[in-house]
Amino acid sequence: MMNRIEQKFKELRQQKKKAFIAFITAGDPNLSTTKRLALEFSQVGVDILELGVPFSDPLADGPTIQAASQRALKNKVNLKDVLGLVKSLRQKTQTPIALLTYYNIIFRFGIKDFVKEAKASGVDGVIVPDLPVEEAGELIKAAKKKSLATIFLLAPTSDKQRIKKISASSSGFIYYVSLTGTTGVRKSLPRELIKQVRRIKRITSKPVCVGFGVSEPAQARWIARVADGVIVGSAIIKRIENNLGQSGLVPKVTKFVRGFREAI
Amino acid sequence: MSKIPDNQGYFKEFGGKFVPETLMHALAELQKEYFCARRDKKFNKELKYYLGQYAGRPTSLYFARRLSKALGGIKIYLKREDLLHTGAHKINNTLGQALLALRMKKPRIIAETGAGQHGVATATVAALFGLQCDVYMGTEDIERQALNVFRMKLLGARVVPVHSGSKTLKDACNEAIRDWVTNVRQTHYIIGSVVGPHPYPLMVRDFQAVIGQEARRQILQLEKRLPNYLVACVGGGSNSLGLFHPFFKDKKVKFIGVEAAGLGLVSKKHAATLVKGKPGILHGSKSYLLQDKDGQVNIAHSIAAGLDYPGVGPEHSYYKKIGRAKYVVASDKEALAGFKLLSQVEGIIPALESAHAIAYLKKVAPRLGRNKIVVVCLSGRGDKDVDIIKRYI
Repeated sequence: MMNRIEQKFKELRQQKKKAFIAFITAGDPNLSTTKRLALEFSQVGVDILELGVPFSDPLADGPTIQAASQRALKNKVNLKDVLGLVKSLRQKTQTPIALLTYYNIIFRFGIKDFVKEAKASGVDGVIVPDLPVEEAGELIKAAKKKSLATIFLLAPTSDKQRIKKISASSSGFIYYVSLTGTTGVRKSLPRELIKQVRRIKRITSKPVCVGFGVSEPAQARWIARVADGVIVGSAIIKRIENNLGQSGLVPKVTKFVRGFREAI
Repeated sequence: MSKIPDNQGYFKEFGGKFVPETLMHALAELQKEYFCARRDKKFNKELKYYLGQYAGRPTSLYFARRLSKALGGIKIYLKREDLLHTGAHKINNTLGQALLALRMKKPRIIAETGAGQHGVATATVAALFGLQCDVYMGTEDIERQALNVFRMKLLGARVVPVHSGSKTLKDACNEAIRDWVTNVRQTHYIIGSVVGPHPYPLMVRDFQAVIGQEARRQILQLEKRLPNYLVACVGGGSNSLGLFHPFFKDKKVKFIGVEAAGLGLVSKKHAATLVKGKPGILHGSKSYLLQDKDGQVNIAHSIAAGLDYPGVGPEHSYYKKIGRAKYVVASDKEALAGFKLLSQVEGIIPALESAHAIAYLKKVAPRLGRNKIVVVCLSGRGDKDVDIIKRYI
């Protein structure tokens, strides 16, 4: 059975298009806003929605996503709430959804229970930034059974052997981290990025999407020349942060997201 | 029998490597380098030289006569890590790791610190070997351990304040890891305790094992027999594991790790990870962890900044699981009493961290029996804590 993420890449490939993946933290600033944003995003052509499960110690994240996590945690948003949100989104949209969560959240929940409930709620894939493939055996096994995609990360420091290993364990797509560092907007991205993505694509046939640091549509367009998709997180969350408590939050953020969609 | 830890860094179910992909290469490199170095005569000779001539090893195993008497006649020996250069056991580890950083040709080292003892020990070796050094420290700790902040700056290190989350050791670790992810190619991260991803728990324990190796030799010389008990405080767990590990096979020697009960275990304002936590993943390894039902990490509390941490080294979790060590607690208040007692009957002002070990001993010593021998790790000296103590006395 092909899941929505794999289906999406198949379609995009046929249309010779690249994926635009938007990340927001679930519950930032509250679950109902996240729901409205998600629905608007799918309206303006976001190909895959990446939803962050808030965590107290997000060590792969820079200040912007840390703050988003803190805002969501103020409302005590937990994994169950996020799964509930996905379930309610599924009544209105079939946009593929991947969850980004730190490993302790899943571990505490129970790995098998997580996979079962995520799938039942309509989640299509999972990204765990502090779980390298070596530690992911149990999750991969459980996810495979339910055709939940396991999206692993590759970094500029990953050598050929690791690229092969990570590619073999990844389903849905491979998440290439554009730079050595945490998430967060950057004025410029490493120049060797294009070369790196080409190198990875020579080794794997799976879709390769690039995230971390992408802050403007022009950067996204540059990356989409070689990658199969572009992931934008902190830049979107910055727009949420700038419009907190204002009625124009959802349309403003959506407009910003549409700019990326049009660029790639 | 299987190897402990195994090649993946597991002490049975605890340990492992839970880090972003970006760091996996650096961990593999560190692992390779460390396993080479530990077998390398030249490396060991050099480390021994610095431990002896620079840091002041071996430290004495001092028979605390008046303390023994005050606590009902058991024989208490203090392993005097407080006498080391920089004032705590932390230098054992930072010397080892700095030599490794030099081998790996990393010009920059970073560290997290709670009480500032590890930060000072890291800043010290940075000065000694000409390395650039940044130390991450929570703003609450910067305030309560101001003396150590000043020392680090004098030594030429940059102290980076951490404002996020708990504003203590946990978040200092988060920030240090974020720095490492960013600057991994030219930076070695000197973790200060037996925590973090493999090979850190093993490596730091090895560097600290010199405490127990010396203590074992010394007590056999002094008493012609092994001690009945080893007692040490446990935050991340490096001084305790350094003392315990060389006695691992001496089954009759009982290990007691003393965690911080803070304002009391029911108050939830404590740092009793092994006593009250549940297995989880933080800062790169699977171990006991103070967390809520959703897996969010709790903010710990202890009067001792060096114990104020919601995690603990995976080898301690293993010792707990197999029953090799017993983990107990002492509260802020009890630690203060222990601090006073040792100061007044022995003329030794202990670090507030180490005072927890004394405090626990004070509670149980009368029940242990007269001829029992106890070795306590006096992990650090208390000069850094006098400002805090002033507020309570």
